[in-house]
Amino acid sequence: MKPYALFKKDYHSELRTRYAVNSLAMFIIVALSVILFSIGNEKVPQNLTGGLLWVVIFFSAMSGLSRAFVAEEDRGTTLLLHLIAKPSTIFNGKLLFNLILVFLMNIVITLLYSALFEEFIIRNILLFLLTFFLSNIGLAIASTIIAAIISKAGAKGTLYPVLSFPILLPLILISVMLTSYSMLGTSFDQALVEIMVLVCYNVIMLTASYMLFDFIWKD
Amino acid sequence: MVWKIFLFLLLAFVSIAGISFPIVENPQTWYQFPLIPGLEENAKIIFFHVPTAWLTVIGFLVSTIFSIKYLRKKNLDDDAKSYVAAQLGLIFCILATVTGAVWAKFAWGSYWSWDPRQTSIFALMLIYGAWFALRSSIESEDKRATLSAVYSILAFVTVPFFVFIMPRIMDGLHPGSADDKFTPSGGPVVNFKMNSSMLLIFFLSLIAFTILFYWMWNVGYRSLLIKEKLNKKIIRG
Repeated sequence: MKPYALFKKDYHSELRTRYAVNSLAMFIIVALSVILFSIGNEKVPQNLTGGLLWVVIFFSAMSGLSRAFVAEEDRGTTLLLHLIAKPSTIFNGKLLFNLILVFLMNIVITLLYSALFEEFIIRNILLFLLTFFLSNIGLAIASTIIAAIISKAGAKGTLYPVLSFPILLPLILISVMLTSYSMLGTSFDQALVEIMVLVCYNVIMLTASYMLFDFIWKD
Repeated sequence: MVWKIFLFLLLAFVSIAGISFPIVENPQTWYQFPLIPGLEENAKIIFFHVPTAWLTVIGFLVSTIFSIKYLRKKNLDDDAKSYVAAQLGLIFCILATVTGAVWAKFAWGSYWSWDPRQTSIFALMLIYGAWFALRSSIESEDKRATLSAVYSILAFVTVPFFVFIMPRIMDGLHPGSADDKFTPSGGPVVNFKMNSSMLLIFFLSLIAFTILFYWMWNVGYRSLLIKEKLNKKIIRG
């Protein structure tokens, strides 16, 4: 079985209930409105808006991305997947699904966010797009492997953000830095080290995930 | 037995020397420490603060090594060893945070200022906390060992970011930060204005604390084995 077939299966079962997409969309709206209510009519400092964007992204990701594996355990379809595919195929398929979900989610968040916050002005758009692209990939990889761990553990809901936060912290810190750079209009050369760190994080996470997924899955 | 006496003498010497040796402007004899501008008497906590931070990372390293060993051999003893190492690591992590906060209060003016190294010790504490939360959520022994081993390895690959990369590319207050004037290349932390006797006691302290860690780890592991044996006896009646 190809990873793409698994992705298609996930896509169709997602379309049937629209659980992940609906809960994600509602969560984005809730998170953004909580921030807007708490700010009220105050003026927000510019560098704060860049950080708040990543708060919204982190918690939205935590609310929906564990679905990929938890749903299989809930439906009891894990054994079937064991029979028809290799672990690496399963991981590829789930990663592809989460990647697309993360990109959709973050595009919606960023568009809504820049519409709602007047202070959120990007001066170096290319740098921001690169940051956005790289950190979305990292977010998808880390959340997929943690979702696999969570689906095998007992307490599924509460443990997911607890386990993900320390793993995602380097990514979030670097992304916040790069977002504030792109808001200040810093050039590519000055932000090169941070971009390299982001690429390193993605490569390391992807390698570790592929190596460790077998152990989780064959349990 | 001999090495326990040796450890006792070493730790006693390090504690006495670290606390009581005077700090003077121009050291004449070997037992006098040089005056480091901006640190003065505060500098003495380095003999106890840095070893605890060092053992936090060592605890994590040992825990991960035994996690890898468990995944290869599936032997539950390795899981117990990894668990004890992580327990000790958490204790030293809290000690490093507290001693660091106390030192920061007197050297920088506030207990906590989100310096990159403070952020990284906080992240390590979060990782340890998450690891124990994961362990307590799983009932089956084999499953718990496997999943926690996987998580420990996954968390370990992010540690270089906290310990080596972030403190050097972000502005901070510790030596070796991106905006540091004394070691602009981001050199090692110990490289500032310590004289040879200070360095000697610093490294003796590191060695003594590492032996202490090994001893505590050994005792913890054996007590865990005895506990399990007793539990089995109680169940069997």
